[in-house]
Amino acid sequence: MRVRIDPEVCQGHGRCYALAPGVFTCDDEGYGEVIGDGTVAPGDEDAARLAVDSCPEYAITAE
Amino acid sequence: MPAAPEPPPTPATTGAPAAGRPVDDSDLVPTRERLAAAVAEAPPEEEYGPVHDFATDFDHTDEAWVADPYPIWDELRETCPIAHTERYGGAWLPTRHADVSAIANDTENFTSRSVVVSRGRPPIELAPAGIAPPITSDPPFHAAARRLLLSVMSPKAVADLEPSTRAYCRELIAAMEGRDVVDAAVEYAQHIPVRVIANMLGLPESDGDRFRGFVHGILEGVSKPLEERVEVFLELFEYLTPQVEARQAEPRDDLISMLIASEIDGEPITPFHVTRTVALLLIAGIDTTWSAIGASIWHLADHPDDRERIVRDPALLPTAIEEFLRAYAPVTMARLVRDDFEYEGCPMKAEEWVLLSFPAANRDPEAFDRPDEVLIERAPNRHAAFGLGAHRCAGSHLARMEIRVALEEWLAAFPSFRLADPDAVRWSAGQVRGPRALAVEVS
Ligand code: HEM
Ligand code: SF4
Repeated sequence: MRVRIDPEVCQGHGRCYALAPGVFTCDDEGYGEVIGDGTVAPGDEDAARLAVDSCPEYAITAE
Repeated sequence: MPAAPEPPPTPATTGAPAAGRPVDDSDLVPTRERLAAAVAEAPPEEEYGPVHDFATDFDHTDEAWVADPYPIWDELRETCPIAHTERYGGAWLPTRHADVSAIANDTENFTSRSVVVSRGRPPIELAPAGIAPPITSDPPFHAAARRLLLSVMSPKAVADLEPSTRAYCRELIAAMEGRDVVDAAVEYAQHIPVRVIANMLGLPESDGDRFRGFVHGILEGVSKPLEERVEVFLELFEYLTPQVEARQAEPRDDLISMLIASEIDGEPITPFHVTRTVALLLIAGIDTTWSAIGASIWHLADHPDDRERIVRDPALLPTAIEEFLRAYAPVTMARLVRDDFEYEGCPMKAEEWVLLSFPAANRDPEAFDRPDEVLIERAPNRHAAFGLGAHRCAGSHLARMEIRVALEEWLAAFPSFRLADPDAVRWSAGQVRGPRALAVEVS
């Protein structure tokens, strides 16, 4: 599983890095960023999926 | 405040500078004379009675709405998902999540020049910043005015404020020692955001009552005569202006001084911009967070099962807070229609309001399963309590921290509590909804 944040759509709600801190982090202004290249460790997949489904702006995609 | 305002100039038609440089606004600072002139020009007050048909004549200050808005929105969503009223010079009310989201994201057709519905319209001359940047700013100026705030309200900056916030909460609880009944809204929830924001801005905490007076006058006094509302604005600016001037002369280690030193496009922002942003932080940060903390305590007082589950397993709290934010979302914002425009078959006229009900969006069955049930374990929860699109609440990380710490401390002190008198709970009227009288038995 790999996740991506569309920076045009992200508004910095911060749900992703609160719910899946192993997968997402934030920049200095609170906008979400994927950690590394967005590849999700097997143990983090549920959290990553929860983050995808919790983003109010639909800014995160998973493949 | 012109009586029949022209549509606000858009960057496209006026050729405003691309990044929206600071404009000289010194001759727009509110004075008694300027505001009196605006009141004299404003349309006459109209008397409207109680609402009989919310689809064609809604009013968000109507008694039925204040008492219990949810059935009203549910019915509108089914029968007339974009309602209209002639009140306030014309306003629309979308209740579906999809429409609220589309309008929040459409800054071309809907301007943020004012986000609080009232009879008057704010002065166009203040564009592009508007009366309280960034909430009243439109692109492209908006992004620059917003960026000034983001790093001081980032999750990291907010984490530094947690210990002092916790200490305040404990102090407030210690003051209740020995009492059986306390008012959780008046004695607890309302003080927390006031103290946090006063501290950040560097304003004396002892001015808390004055801040709450300003907030009340501006957010909850929307149906008051214009003369009274204008008086509150004047007092707010008369209070803040010398605070800004003192820091221009001698910077301190606070947010006001930091704003004074900040630049947009390489030019310092004007003192009046600083004052308006500080005013926004006071207005946006207090009533809202107070309401969210109060509504959460109200729910827990009335739902012993949920309360006991959280007391047993505090790890549930963050998820529960998101659900309280969804179900009891305190904040409804507004937009003005920029030019005549048809949205989903609705003939919207320039300068009509759109009430952007994030609370109604959060109850839309198209977006949430069992939207009327408060499920403290609900996850995922894509709620819109902090807004959607470019104006997403800049204070959301701060607010979430305050709500969590306030509830953690409350539940630690009072693992068991109940409403002293359910009928005596009173909710605020206007665009920020929360309990304003909330007596609970804590013994
Ligand atoms: C539970 C508490 C809060 C709720 C529910 C809330 C809700 C909102 C909403 C819905 C918006 C969007 C406005 C729009 O679309 O026009 C907003 C914007 C804003 N809020 Fe909050 N808010 C809360 C607490 C705070 C706090 C504590 C602060 C800071 C002290 C704050 C500062 C702001 C600012 C500066 C904006 C404007 C952002 C922009 O226009 O870019 N809010 N808030
Ligand atoms: S939850 Fe969505 S909007 Fe919020 S920071 Fe993450 S990606 Fe951005």
